[in-house]
Amino acid sequence: MDISLIQMVLVFLVAFLAGMESVVDEFQFHQPLVACTLIGLVLGDLPTGIIVGATLQIIALGWMNIGAAIAPDAAMASIISAILVIAGKQNVGTGIALAIPLAAAGQVLTVIVRTLTVGIQHIADRSVKDANLERITYLHLGALLLQGLRVAVPAFVVAASVGTDVVQGALEKIPDVITGGLGVAGGIIVVVGYAMVINMMRAPNLMMFFFVGFVVAAFTDYNLVALGVLGVAMAFFYLQLHPKYFQGMKGGRNGNTAPARADTLDNQLD
Amino acid sequence: MENQKKLTRSDLRSVFYRSNLLQASWNFERMQSLGYAFQMVPAIRRLYPAGSQERKDAIKRHLEFYNTHPYMTAPILGINLAMEEQRANGMPIDDAAINGMKVGLMGPLAGVGDPIFWGTVRPVIGAFCAAIAASGSILGPILFFVLFNLIRLLVRWVGIVYGYRKGMAVVSDMGGGMLQKLTEASSILGLFVMGALVNKWTHIDIPVVISRLEDQTGQEHVTTVQSVLDSLMPGLPALLFTFLSMWLLRRGLSPLWIIFGIFIIGIFGYWIGLLA
Repeated sequence: MDISLIQMVLVFLVAFLAGMESVVDEFQFHQPLVACTLIGLVLGDLPTGIIVGATLQIIALGWMNIGAAIAPDAAMASIISAILVIAGKQNVGTGIALAIPLAAAGQVLTVIVRTLTVGIQHIADRSVKDANLERITYLHLGALLLQGLRVAVPAFVVAASVGTDVVQGALEKIPDVITGGLGVAGGIIVVVGYAMVINMMRAPNLMMFFFVGFVVAAFTDYNLVALGVLGVAMAFFYLQLHPKYFQGMKGGRNGNTAPARADTLDNQLD
Repeated sequence: MENQKKLTRSDLRSVFYRSNLLQASWNFERMQSLGYAFQMVPAIRRLYPAGSQERKDAIKRHLEFYNTHPYMTAPILGINLAMEEQRANGMPIDDAAINGMKVGLMGPLAGVGDPIFWGTVRPVIGAFCAAIAASGSILGPILFFVLFNLIRLLVRWVGIVYGYRKGMAVVSDMGGGMLQKLTEASSILGLFVMGALVNKWTHIDIPVVISRLEDQTGQEHVTTVQSVLDSLMPGLPALLFTFLSMWLLRRGLSPLWIIFGIFIIGIFGYWIGLLA
């Protein structure tokens, strides 16, 4: 598919937005579900964009920046793989496989920009001497500009070259064993995202809820809304029944009727 | 009292707008420091006269190291606004008190914000909306965007106003176990949904044939590794892969390397016919 100049400019803008969001992490324009959909909209194939987004979203579920640790970059992966699937006419599985090295490249680029920003931070220190508030504002926004360009420039290059014979030829040369194998792997790699989320919240006493979820899903056909309601209900019961949240009752009328064991545990915790 | 300095409603609003870009200049040295100063600009402008030593001190104060969960900054910001206002009106609140509050709260609040927003709200809403979007429905992306931002903006605005109104009293509120309850409840929901997703949305098929039997009616019964595993418990291989990933991640392996490893297993397994 040939991409018109206007579409290239729009791809640049969408990628710019995603790049900025990948650092601020507020409106979520860098999340695959949103970024791929916008690329689909711009390139005139909305349904494909949405499907790529949905597939990548599950993989990127656990990609999060915690403390000083930088996650794989969802912005770069979403934008460029959506371009390759829609304009490069690849199937979704190949697009996802290509997204993974892109996420790594994006991660390296954001680490570089976040290091360059140390310099910007030092320039901002000058405001301590001259009380210049405008400098703080424009330096801060300037750093944001860099993060936007970090994704927008590569996306523009890919959009400009995806229609060329060289790129098309290279994409078509991928052998069947690789695409089939990547399709198989695509069904498995989602577990890495789940593992990241689980690791982040892992409290030994709560892990049983993970197994309950696993078994409920294995033997029922409940959809996600039903599972969500069950999850909320269990969280509610847990808070109601856990002895460590009974402290409020100690001074009350029912204080003596509370089980002795809960009381001793309570005292130990205090 | 005359000349009482006060932050207006519109100051609070512009601090709120700016706080949406808190992390724009995130860097490895002082992290969200410049972003924190950036969101305080409207308040500093209102409270401390241009070119004054007070304004310089305020800028210096807010360019110190700072890092927390971006949305959970809101109550810190609110408390900070109240403290700055009192200080500008002559209350004896020194730099150490303000920085102590920021540093003291940013750790615990990050510990609450990470499991709630990155561990539960975004994965659960994301999974739910991706399920809708899998068929190409535009409702999925729209719902994701609207729901997530609704929650996020509400937390931001309420956090700022609540912190500003209550000031340091927030700290004693937080001691009441409220935050711990919220964190545990959201972890339960998050872990439960992750357990369900590991089972529902992971596709592993091992079509290796163990036996072929023909019964009296001439019907063929093929037993594969997958059907044996399914009769034990559907989704066991997925569970295995999940625990393997968790273990590798805890050993410090990058998630992308694990994904590459799974690609290689997938290609090799497909090639020799172990996986389909």
